[in-house]
Amino acid sequence: MSSKAKSIIILLLLCVLIAVIPLTMSKNKGSEFGGADGEAETAITEINPDYEAWASPILEPPGGETESLLFCLQAGLGAGVFGYLLGVLRERAKHESKAESQPAK
Amino acid sequence: MNKTQKKLVTLSTILAIGFGIYPAANAMHIMEGYLPVTYCIAWGILCIPFLIAGFFSLKKTIQEHRKTLILLAMAGAYAFVLSALKIPSVTGSSSHMTGTGLGAILFGPCATGILGLIVLLFQAVLLAHGGLTTLGANTFSMAIAGPLLTFGIYKLCQKLKLNRMVTIFLAASLGDLFTYCITSFQLALAYPSEVGGFSASLVKFMGIFAATQVPLAIIEGLLTVVVIMSLESYAKSELSALGYFKGGAANVK
Repeated sequence: MSSKAKSIIILLLLCVLIAVIPLTMSKNKGSEFGGADGEAETAITEINPDYEAWASPILEPPGGETESLLFCLQAGLGAGVFGYLLGVLRERAKHESKAESQPAK
Repeated sequence: MNKTQKKLVTLSTILAIGFGIYPAANAMHIMEGYLPVTYCIAWGILCIPFLIAGFFSLKKTIQEHRKTLILLAMAGAYAFVLSALKIPSVTGSSSHMTGTGLGAILFGPCATGILGLIVLLFQAVLLAHGGLTTLGANTFSMAIAGPLLTFGIYKLCQKLKLNRMVTIFLAASLGDLFTYCITSFQLALAYPSEVGGFSASLVKFMGIFAATQVPLAIIEGLLTVVVIMSLESYAKSELSALGYFKGGAANVK
């Protein structure tokens, strides 16, 4: 394995670690890890109890399941496009290096 | 940019400055309806000159180097994925990354504004995350202010001749963090506390958004380094068309 591939794996593992550690921290026991935007809503209500949201989302997912479906869809679409294009680039690089090592007869 | 394009950008800048007297607010995307109307309009107008400049900058890049389209699509897809992932943080709440750092480093800050706007529109319309009324404020923080800081840090570190990967890490992660500082700033402006006013609110919102974001910003920095490493191996010709090896974002002068 090249040193580049090794460092990429280490970096990705590090990312996973950073995301997992908060889940295991004892001070977060019982926390549901709700969204920070929900907390901000609470903070706004504390600062200005009379504030009423004057618009509501035009299409609100009916529940948590549908919402997570849509978020998955977003991530899936993005990852699909990204992975496909990276694959295209990788194959092209392979062909190019082959063409270089075997000059045309 | 040609003359008409320059005129358009200047015109919209003047318009924005005229309206920009009103400040505005935002968060992990500011929630629909949670920003007073004047702020919504003001932040929206403030975005227009950047978006127009971004549109022309993108158009120019693609006309001159059509093959960079593939990198543009990848930068867009990257922002799509990263802003969909809500990740738990040390504060006991979750937030998501912005994914705009990659675009800013490759295509420049204004062009990234367009990519960010697309992601935010998708989330506001389909996911009830963020909102159409707060689109202007959210675009400003995530698609304009964040990428601008990323780009600034990227340039600065290059001047200081830091290692390229360290530079990219710093640029992407600080840009991510900065997005949420701007969000806190926007909310604090719109909701000054009765006691302590603007600064008390700022501290409060910073505590919610920025503190949660720190570990996520580090992840975003690391991921961006990984992506750039792969692109350096497989997409050399596109990267050099963008001027990446000569200091990045070819058409931002």
